[in-house]
Amino acid sequence: MRALLLLCVLLLGADGAQADSQDWTQVERGRYLATAGDCVACHKAPEGVAASDYAGGRPIETPFGLIKAANITPDVETGIGRWSAEDFARAMREGVRPDGAHLYPAFPYPWYTRMSRADMDAVYAFLRTIPPARHGVDRSTLPFPFNIRLAMLGWNWLFFEPGELRPDPTKSAEWNRGAYLVEGPGHCGACHTPMNALGGSRASQAFAGQALQGWIAPNIGGSEALGIGAWGVEDVVQYLRTGATAWTRASGPMAEVVEFSTSRMTAADLRAIAIYLKDQPPRGPAPPQPLAAEAPGTQAGEALYIDNCAACHRRDGAGVAGMIPSLKENQITVQPGAETLVRVVLTGVRSAATDAEPTAPGMPAFGWRLDDRQVAALLTYVRNAWGNAAPEVTAELAQRQRARLTDPVP
Amino acid sequence: MSRRLPPTDVVVVGLGWTGSILAYELCRAGLRVTAIERGPWRDTPTDFPTTTAPDELRYSIRHDLFVRPAQETLTFRNNRDQTALPIRRWGSFLPGNGVGGAGVHWNGQTWRWHPWDFTFHSSSVERYGAAFLPHDHMMQDWGVTYEELEESFDRFEYLCGISGKAGNLKGEIQAGGNPFEGPRQREFPTRPMQMTAAPDLFARAARELGWKPFPQPSANLSEAYTNPYGCKLAPCTYCGFCERFGCGNFSKSSPQTCVLPVLVRHPGFEARTECQVTKVNLSADGRRATGVTYVDTAGQAWEQPAALVLLCAYQLFNVRLLLLSGIGKPYDPATGEGVVGRNYAYQVTGGATGFFGEDRLFNPFIGAGSVGMVADEFNADNFDHGPAGFVGGASLACILSNGRPITTRPVPPGTPRWGGAWKRATRENYNRWAAVGLQGSVMPYRGNYLDLDPTYKDAYGLPLLRMTFDFPENERKLSRFAVDRCVEAVQAMGAHTVRRNEISGPYDIVPYQSTHNTGGAIMGSAPKTSVTNKYCQVWDVPNVFLAGACLFPMNAGFNPTGPVGALAYWAADAIRDRYLPNPGPLVPA
Repeated sequence: MRALLLLCVLLLGADGAQADSQDWTQVERGRYLATAGDCVACHKAPEGVAASDYAGGRPIETPFGLIKAANITPDVETGIGRWSAEDFARAMREGVRPDGAHLYPAFPYPWYTRMSRADMDAVYAFLRTIPPARHGVDRSTLPFPFNIRLAMLGWNWLFFEPGELRPDPTKSAEWNRGAYLVEGPGHCGACHTPMNALGGSRASQAFAGQALQGWIAPNIGGSEALGIGAWGVEDVVQYLRTGATAWTRASGPMAEVVEFSTSRMTAADLRAIAIYLKDQPPRGPAPPQPLAAEAPGTQAGEALYIDNCAACHRRDGAGVAGMIPSLKENQITVQPGAETLVRVVLTGVRSAATDAEPTAPGMPAFGWRLDDRQVAALLTYVRNAWGNAAPEVTAELAQRQRARLTDPVP
Repeated sequence: MSRRLPPTDVVVVGLGWTGSILAYELCRAGLRVTAIERGPWRDTPTDFPTTTAPDELRYSIRHDLFVRPAQETLTFRNNRDQTALPIRRWGSFLPGNGVGGAGVHWNGQTWRWHPWDFTFHSSSVERYGAAFLPHDHMMQDWGVTYEELEESFDRFEYLCGISGKAGNLKGEIQAGGNPFEGPRQREFPTRPMQMTAAPDLFARAARELGWKPFPQPSANLSEAYTNPYGCKLAPCTYCGFCERFGCGNFSKSSPQTCVLPVLVRHPGFEARTECQVTKVNLSADGRRATGVTYVDTAGQAWEQPAALVLLCAYQLFNVRLLLLSGIGKPYDPATGEGVVGRNYAYQVTGGATGFFGEDRLFNPFIGAGSVGMVADEFNADNFDHGPAGFVGGASLACILSNGRPITTRPVPPGTPRWGGAWKRATRENYNRWAAVGLQGSVMPYRGNYLDLDPTYKDAYGLPLLRMTFDFPENERKLSRFAVDRCVEAVQAMGAHTVRRNEISGPYDIVPYQSTHNTGGAIMGSAPKTSVTNKYCQVWDVPNVFLAGACLFPMNAGFNPTGPVGALAYWAADAIRDRYLPNPGPLVPA
């Protein structure tokens, strides 16, 4: 009889917003959503600091300074152990802490606000199950005037639209699932949608890509030249699941997204994401005319390419299918900004490793043997060879990138 | 005082080719595997980036990838009448170090040894009679046959993606492959490498001589390849930096390219690097290994208990570890009794270097460790040894692996060693030479063996291994015979001057010859004459298995990595399918 009573209480509990934190289905759903939201990408503790994936402290680079991600383990002193599900939902929905302080949108509440309350509760239930880690994080690292959290009130008034995403009844269930994942937990636009000077998302340029943290978050809209307009749905799924297609590989911050998040999502969800993204209008500038082969620097660039790059990327820029990225018919080569290309040449990069693509080929650094003018000439050539067309890369960009990389984020 | 760690299922000593294959296969069988490696962690983009890997001074001259003699070395003498002295700089052979082991810096020449090799003793007696065999030989069959190992050879080749052309498919001889090879069930995983000028010329000359040259089976890959584990390799760029170097292009099969990407993702696997195993610990009755003891870089000793111990270190160091641990009876050359240390063998190397006229340009800088053509007419028992008067044989190959600037400067005989004349000869000949090399078998002999040195010790106070070796008359005959064939080939290629490279005087530990040391802990069919049974399981201590060339009862006219890899798969199968269901001796003693 007592057991029956207990069962009734449990069932009642699971029905309400204040869900039973031991509900396995809910916890697993929360774990999956936390994966889809790639929470660890920011909340992971720096190596050697704390054992937990969610103990926080990792510095996040924003145009306004560094912000350290919070400890979101259930530790009562340093984490969110005192938060109720209601508190958590308010932070997700409104960007406001239980003490009333405003969070910065480096925590992507402008996207999380679109999640359903049930999903927020699931994430909360999951976070309650991870071991509490005592790890205090300095949460006020931004310089004046950005350290005034109340200023976010104005920011929210200007740029923030709270509220759950409403499905579009004219679209398929799959499209709507994709929209929910991309616009909600996945917060793809946080990087891939250009920001205005105050850090607000420019909806009219959704998914058109931007320079961010010294990388280019590329165009992932419907443009064939710059986005994924020429990709098939299966190509997008394969990229997100494995980190690689025949012609390109995820690297840099996207390698983390693939490793921590998309490679662990269901095939159905990845397909839904692909269908939604493929349906985005083409945005971004029209491709320019390719620079003439005789343009200054192009010939020097070609010579540099043959000496430094051709062994792996091949003389025709085609690379090695599935292994070494192609430099032609690869949208990352011709993004309007060349930050990623310059960075990869200067420092090298390692691509994502996943269960499906365990080999993570890497490119070595060339910054020690190519100077800024050479990097610029080389990349200007690559961006205008083999049918590519993109603006010239300047030595100033190479210099800026080099300075930023030799003076790394503390 | 060593500190005791929580037990694990399997300890793997040495994380090279065999260690990584066995670790992954046993992880997949559900076991927890801890690999303990003396050297550092090494990975392709971080340790051998293409921008810095081709550094001849750092890697080839200063031996960056090899074990430091201060870490571990051995003493050497030619015979028992001499006093052995420690090797303080590697010369004749270059033992690897670190994750990937010698699988990082090898050339990639990947052979299936001949069916004859595995029964070399009984087959020789049958064809030529016991009296034909050399004096004081210790020849005995392997206890395992080519037919038994065929599938394991296949798995290693498909793991690596070996580039080659089959010569014998299910008994049918194939044009363009090695007509002497044992039957294989399927073609090589990737097509042969593209040949360069010198091997092409050699192949033409060899055909004129009536030989049947074929492309060297190569672990430098001709095309992109994904292996059965899902690991990927890219095509070779012919940069000419294979042997002694790591490959930055993901083009050379190695533990790094072929196994580690999946092994490091396996939750059952753990690696401890820069930890030197000093001993396999035994139960009080000596019949069971309880784990290993190792020392970390801080000098702290740790005891790692394990249910199964796999010795996957380099051949020499596996033998030493057995001796230090008191596993198996040490071999005594005076009585011929004992097993650990016997049947140590090496290889006959040499050949002929030809210098050509102005009409030839070989561009030796376009090369790879395994780009070449091979003739197998004088290897194994592919010819009648009666008139030749020796046992064994050699493969002959034209492999122009590199034109590296410091060491690849052949000049004709009689050229001064320095000065204007040497510079002129270097300039004139750099692009106009080609060599045909030989790789010859060495039989096991009573006086060639390994034991612990009575005098010299390592940094931990443990005795060094002592090598006693010289080339006997049988191998010197083989050398003269095979060098004669190389000279014929180089002359047929049109060289105006030919230099003979052959054994003269006692075996010399100083000039590089071959990192193909074999034997010392051989497999066989009887505990009195071998350390392990046919499943690489130690007779006396059944929860210890061995891997590597220490198992070979002889050395053949081919590179050893093929059978080393095959035996790792063979042992993995035996452990999983035979030992785990019923732990104990797999062959009754």
